Amino acid sequence: MPVASESYFQQNGRALLNAIKVASRDVNVFYGDKHALKTVNLDVRANEVTALIGPSGCGKSTFLRCLNRMNDLIEGCRVTGSICLDNQDIYDKALDVVHLRARIGMVFQKPNPFPKSIFDNVAYGPRIHGLAQSGPELEEIVVHSLEKAGLYNEVKDRLGEAGTGLSGGQQQRLCIARAIAVSPEVILMDEPCSALDPIATAKVEELIDELRENYTIVIVTHSMQQAARVSQRTAFFHLGEVVEIGDTEQIFTNPQHKLTQGYITGRFG
Amino acid sequence: MSSGNTEKNMTEMVEQIRVSAVAEKVEARLKSRYAVEKRFRFFGMASIAVALGFLAILMVSIISKGATAFVQSEIALTVNFDASVIDPDGTRVKATLSAADYGALVRKAMFERFPDATDRAAKRELVSLASQGSDLVLRQAVLDNPSIIGTTQTLWIPASAPVDQLIKGHMTRDAANGGQFSDRQLSWIDQLRATHVLTTHFNTRLFTNGDSRQPELAGLGGAMVGSFYSLVITLLLSFPLGVATAIYLEEFAAKNRWTDVVEVNINNLAAVPSIVFGLLGLEMFLNVFGLPRSAPFVGGLALTLVSLPTIIIASRVALKAVPPWIREAALGLGASKLQMVTHHVLPLAMPGILTGTIIGMARAIGESAPLLMIGMVAFIVDIPATPMDPATALPVQIYLWAASPERAFVERTSAAIIVLLLFLAVMNATAIYLRKKFERRW
Repeated sequence: MPVASESYFQQNGRALLNAIKVASRDVNVFYGDKHALKTVNLDVRANEVTALIGPSGCGKSTFLRCLNRMNDLIEGCRVTGSICLDNQDIYDKALDVVHLRARIGMVFQKPNPFPKSIFDNVAYGPRIHGLAQSGPELEEIVVHSLEKAGLYNEVKDRLGEAGTGLSGGQQQRLCIARAIAVSPEVILMDEPCSALDPIATAKVEELIDELRENYTIVIVTHSMQQAARVSQRTAFFHLGEVVEIGDTEQIFTNPQHKLTQGYITGRFG
Repeated sequence: MSSGNTEKNMTEMVEQIRVSAVAEKVEARLKSRYAVEKRFRFFGMASIAVALGFLAILMVSIISKGATAFVQSEIALTVNFDASVIDPDGTRVKATLSAADYGALVRKAMFERFPDATDRAAKRELVSLASQGSDLVLRQAVLDNPSIIGTTQTLWIPASAPVDQLIKGHMTRDAANGGQFSDRQLSWIDQLRATHVLTTHFNTRLFTNGDSRQPELAGLGGAMVGSFYSLVITLLLSFPLGVATAIYLEEFAAKNRWTDVVEVNINNLAAVPSIVFGLLGLEMFLNVFGLPRSAPFVGGLALTLVSLPTIIIASRVALKAVPPWIREAALGLGASKLQMVTHHVLPLAMPGILTGTIIGMARAIGESAPLLMIGMVAFIVDIPATPMDPATALPVQIYLWAASPERAFVERTSAAIIVLLLFLAVMNATAIYLRKKFERRW
C-alpha cells in the first residue's frame, strides 16, 4: 500500500497543496530612482505561513508592504507588475484600497496600539467597517478577537484600560487581535517579534501557528530560527530579488542556491 | 635573556610615559573645558537675572501707577428727588425721566450741603468738586426705581477727577506748586473727608462704563466688549480655517513645489508686520466689501489674518509630532485617510493645536495696529451691543488714554494695561491647562 499512496501523492500532488491566495508576477518597485524590488514572482498559499527572510535592505519589507498597498503612502514609490489576491489585481483602479486593507490586515514591527482603551483598540476596525451595529455584537467580536489572539484571559478584567499600558508582548498580541477583528483573509507581519523578549516571542509564535488555521500569513523576520519554527514556506530575498523560494524544511536543510546557503549558515547577513 | 628583559622594561616604561603624558594633556584640557562650561552657565544665569529684573521693574511700575485706578473717590450726597424738576406732569414716561435736568438736583444738593457758597464764583467752585457726570448717577437711580421721585435719598456720586487725584495723593494741595484748588475748595474737601462722606470705593465704573472725556467716568467696558467680540470672531474664523489648512497641508497635499511655495509664504506671513494686515483689512473689508467702520466684526476679520499663520504653523508642528506608526496602524486597518486624521491624528495633536491657537489669540488680543487701520480707534462712549456696532479694543483704549492729557488718565492707562495683562495671563494659563489635560503619552 505504501507504493500506491506514493503514486497517489505524485498524481494528485498539486491538489494536496493549498490554493494560491496571493500571486505576484514580475513585481518591480522603485523608490524614485532606486530599484528596490526586481521582478519578484512569489506565490502565497492559503492557510500557510510564508516567511520572507534576507539581509537588511533586501526588499522583503517593501514586498510585504506592496501586498496591502502601504507603499502608496511613500512619496515617489512606483510599483509595476501584478499582485493578485484571489485572482483580482490589487493595483487595479477598480479595487478600493480601503476595502483591500480590510481583507489584508497588518501587524507592525513595533507594537502600535492606539492610545485608547483595549476594547476600543480592537473595536476600531469593526466600527469603521460597520461590521457590528449593536453593542453586544461588537462586544462579541472584541472578545472573540482577543480570545483568538490569546490575550483575553490576561485583560478580561481591564478592557477599559489603556492599550498602551500593556507589556510589549501583550501590546503586540493586542495589535494582532485588532487586525483579526475585521476578519481579514491575509495577515501581514513585519518583524512582529523584533521588539519582544524571548518569552513574549514564543507566545506570539505559538499564536501565529494557531492563526494559520483560519488565515493566510506572510511574515518578515530577521530570525532564521523563527522562520524555521513558524513557517511552511520560505522565500529568501537578496538585493531586491527573490533568490530562492521553497518549503521551509527544504530551504533550511537543503538550500539550492549558494547565497541562501551562505545566509542561513550565518556567513553573511 | 636579560637583554630581552631590559628591552621589555624599556618598552613598558616608554608606554607608561606615553600614557601619563596623555593623561596630563587630558587633565589640562579638562580644566579649560570646565571653565568654559562655568562661564556659559554664568552668562545664562546673568541673562535670566537681567530679564527678570526688567520684568520686575515693568510690573512694579505698572502696578504702582495703575493700582489706584481701581478705586474712585465718591461723595455721599443727600439729594431731594424733586418731582417738579424730574417729572412735572407726573406721567412717569421713560423719555421724560431720561431727559430731566438732574444736574440741577446735584447742584441744589451741593448748595444745601455747603450753604456758605453764596456768590456765583463760589458756587461754581463748589459744583466742580463733583463729577460732571454726577447727574447720570441720579438719572440711573430714577430709571431703576421711579418710586424714589419725591423722596430724599443719599447717593454716592463720583468726585471730579482733580479731587480724586488729590485724595489719592497724585496732586498737591499747594496752589503755588501746581495745585488746582482754592482755599475754599480745600476746606470743603476737608469737611467732607472729616465726616467720611468723601471716601474711595471700588471703581466699578472702570469695568462697566464706556470711554469718556471725564477721567472719573471713563471705563474699559466698551473696550472689553469690543475686544471680546473681535476675539470671538477671530476664534470662530481662524481656528477651523487654520486647523483645516494645517491638516490639508500636512496630511493630504502632494509634496511638490507648490506646497513648498505655500509653506514658505505661510511662514513669511507670520512675520509680516500686523499693520500690513490692517491695510489689507481696510482695503478688502471696508472698501471692497463695504463693511461698517470701527466694527469689532471687521476687527475680528483683520485679527484673523494676523493669527492664522501662527495657528497654521503651530497646528502643523503638532500634527507632525504625532508618530507615523499611529497613521500606519489606522491605515493598515482600512481606515480612510480622513478617518485616520479625525479618529487618531487630530485627537493626539489637539493639545499642541490648542496651545498654538491660544497663543495666536493672545497675539490677536494684544494687537492694536490692524484695529487702528479699520477705524476701531474712534472715541466711542456706548458699549457695543452687537459686533457690527462701533467699538474700540483694549490695546487701542490704552493707546487712546495714554495720549490723553489729564493727570487722571495716567493711572487709568496703567490700570487698562493691568487688565490686558490679566487677560493674557488667563489665556496662557488656559493654554497650559489644556495642554496638560489633553496630553497623552504613548
